[in-house]
Amino acid sequence: MSNDILVITEHMDGKFSDVSFEMVGKAKELASALGGRAVAVVVGGGVSSNVFASDSTIHIDDAALSQFNPEAYGKVIEALVKEKSPRLVMFGWTATGMDLAAWLSAKLGVPCAAYVKNIGADLTMSCQAYGGKMSADVSPEGDMAIAACLAGSFPVEAGQGSTAATSIASPVALDGLKIKFVEAIKPAGGDVDITAQAKLVSIGRGIGSKDNVELAEELAGKLGATVSSSRPVVDAGWLPRTRQVGKSGLKVKPKLYLMLGISGAPEHLEGMKSAELIIAINTDKKAPIFNVAHYGATADLFEVAEAMLELL
Amino acid sequence: MNIVVAIKHIPSIADDLPVKGNNVDFDSVDFVLNEFDEQSIEQAVLVKEAVGGTVTVVGVDMIGELDAVLHLALAKGADKAVKITGDDPAADSHQQAKWLAEAIKGMSADMVFAGVQASNDLDGQIGPMIAAHLDMPYIGGVSSVEVSDHTATVNKEFAGGIGGKYSVSLPMVVGVQAASKPPRYAPISKVRQVAQTATIEKVSPSGDATSGLAFKKMAPPVVTGHAEMIEGSSKDVAKKIVELLKSKGLA
Ligand SMILES: Cc1cc2nc3c(=O)[nH]c(=O)nc-3n(C[C@H](O)[C@H](O)[C@H](O)COP(=O)(O)OP(=O)(O)OC[C@H]3O[C@@H](n4cnc5c(N)ncnc54)[C@H](O)[C@@H]3O)c2cc1C
Ligand SMILES: Cc1cc2nc3c(=O)[nH]c(=O)nc-3n(C[C@H](O)[C@H](O)[C@H](O)COP(=O)(O)OP(=O)(O)OC[C@H]3O[C@@H](n4cnc5c(N)ncnc54)[C@H](O)[C@@H]3O)c2cc1C
Repeated sequence: MSNDILVITEHMDGKFSDVSFEMVGKAKELASALGGRAVAVVVGGGVSSNVFASDSTIHIDDAALSQFNPEAYGKVIEALVKEKSPRLVMFGWTATGMDLAAWLSAKLGVPCAAYVKNIGADLTMSCQAYGGKMSADVSPEGDMAIAACLAGSFPVEAGQGSTAATSIASPVALDGLKIKFVEAIKPAGGDVDITAQAKLVSIGRGIGSKDNVELAEELAGKLGATVSSSRPVVDAGWLPRTRQVGKSGLKVKPKLYLMLGISGAPEHLEGMKSAELIIAINTDKKAPIFNVAHYGATADLFEVAEAMLELL
Repeated sequence: MNIVVAIKHIPSIADDLPVKGNNVDFDSVDFVLNEFDEQSIEQAVLVKEAVGGTVTVVGVDMIGELDAVLHLALAKGADKAVKITGDDPAADSHQQAKWLAEAIKGMSADMVFAGVQASNDLDGQIGPMIAAHLDMPYIGGVSSVEVSDHTATVNKEFAGGIGGKYSVSLPMVVGVQAASKPPRYAPISKVRQVAQTATIEKVSPSGDATSGLAFKKMAPPVVTGHAEMIEGSSKDVAKKIVELLKSKGLA
C-alpha cells in the first residue's frame, strides 16, 4: 500500500484533454498532503507524454492500445493498480473514464465515487449528483479508492509541466480481446457550425415537441441567432446532432446563450458555461441552471418567447 | 438472441429532492425510470426486431412500484419482466449491480443492456459493474448496435460527433447513451392492457456488495453565484430581456 495517486490521463489525436491536467494538478496537491507521489498514467501511443507536472509519468505504449478499447485499457489499468497499490486512482468522468472507473471498482472491490467535483486532503469527495440538484460529500472506506472527476473541476495550469515519462511494456498480455476497434467516426458536416455563432437560442426538453421547435427558430431568426439544444432534444430527433451543446456535443462560447427549458445538468454545463451572457427561462425555480446563468426567470418558455417575438 | 435489459428505478429530479439525515429522503420522493434506460430498452427491442430473440427487462424493486415501469417496457416490446424484490430504496449501484448480476447469471444472456448512467450513480453505474461480475466486456456511451453471427457492432460516442466503431464477440454488456432511433411511445391504452395481462417474475435478492462510501452530507449545492432573477409576468420578463439585449447590442 502506498500513498501515491494514479491519474489515468486521456488523449485523442495526439492531444491530452483538459481534464487530464486538471486531475494531475489536484493529485499533486493531495499527494503532498498525504506524503505520496502524483503519478500520471498514459495509456496508448501517438502522443508525447512529457507534458505533466506530475512527480512521475508512466507511459504504457503498445500497438493494441493505440485506440481506446475499454477491455484492453481496463486490463492494463487493473494490472497497474494491483502492482502499485495507490491510495487513490483518478479517472475523468468522461466518455472513456465512465467505461472504466465503476468497472474497476467492482472488479477490485474498491470504493468509487462518481461526478466528483472536489477532493479534500482526507479524501472526502464532493459529488454533484441528481442532475446537479444535489451535492453529496462521501468518504471512501478502506486503503484504496477511485474518483471519477467531472471535467472543469480543477485548474488546468497546475497539472501542466514537463516531467519525463518512463515507457513500460503492457503489464498484461493483450491478445484474445473480445472488443476490437474498427474505425473512427467523424462528425457529420453540412450543417451550421454552432461553435462559430455569436448568438444561440438553446432549447431543452421543456420545448415539449418537434412542432414547438419552430417557435425557437422564429425567435432566433428575429435575434439573428442560431438554434442549438441540449441532448434530449437531439435524441428525440427534433434537431440534428450538429446542434447539441455539452459533454458529448459541442463546446460553445457565444456572446449570447438564451436557454429555453434546459435544466442545467452537469453534462450540459460542460459545453456552455463560459458563454459571455447566459439567460435562462425555466418553470422550475430550483433548476440548477440558475446557479450558472447571469440572468434568469422562473417562467413559461412559450409565453416568454411569444411575448419577445411581439417586441422584436 | 437472448437480450437482457437491466434498468434502474431512481428518484425523480423533476421536483425538489427532500433530504433526511445524510441522504435523500427516499420515502418522500417519486421514483421514475432512469432516462437512459428508456433508450436502452428501445435499443434492445430494435436489435430483437432486426435479428429475432427475446428481451427480458429486469430491475430492482426499490419501493414496491416497479410494476408500472415493467409494464411500460413490455408495452414497448419487451417480452419478459423480472423484478428483484430488494425493497430497499437506499440500495446503491454496487448493491443493485450485484443483485442484477446474480439474477442475470441464470438467463444465458447474449447481450445485457443498461443505461449509460443514472443521475444517482454516486458510486458508479450498474452497467460496467454487472460486466465485471459476469466477466463480460463492456462498452458505454453507445448510440447504435447491430448484431450478426454472434458479433455486435456498436458505435461509441466521444464528443462533438466524434466516436469509435467497435466489433465485439458476444456476450457483452452495453451502456446505452441513445438508441439508434428515438424511443417509441407506448399508448396509455396499451400500457393498461399489458398491466392487466402481464405476469412479472419475482426474484429474491442474492449477493451482497457495498459501495464502501460513507455519506457525510447531502444537500443542494452550495452556490458561489446565482442568476439575477427577472421577476414579473411572462410579458414583463420578455420586455426586460429584450431591453437587456438591446442595451448590450445583442438585439
Ligand atoms: C455521457 C453523457 C453525456 C451527455 N452529454 C450531454 C450533452 O452533450 N449535452 C446535454 O445537454 N446533455 C448531455 N447529457 C444528458 C444530461 O445528463 C441531461 O440529461 C440533459 O442535459 C438534460 O437536458 P434538458 O435540460 O433539456 O432536460 P431536463 O433535465 O429534462 O430539463 C428540462 C427543463 O425544462 C423545464 N421546463 C419544462 N417545461 C417548461 C416550460 N414550459 N417553460 C420553461 N421551462 C420548462 C423543466 O423545469 C426542466 O428544468 C449527457 C449524459 C451523459 C450520461
Ligand atoms: C423515461 C420515461 C418514459 C416513458 N414513456 C412512456 C410511454 O411511452 N408511454 C406512456 O404511456 N407513458 C410513458 N411514461 C410514463 C409512465 O408510463 C408512467 O409514469 C408510469 O407508467 C407510472 O404511471 P402513473 O400513472 O403512476 O404515473 P403518471 O402520473 O401517469 O405519470 C408520472 C410522470 O411521468 C411523466 N411522463 C409521462 N410520459 C412520459 C414520457 N414519455 N417521457 C418522460 N416522462 C413521461 C409524466 O409527466 C408524469 O410526471 C414514461 C415515463 C418515463 C420516466
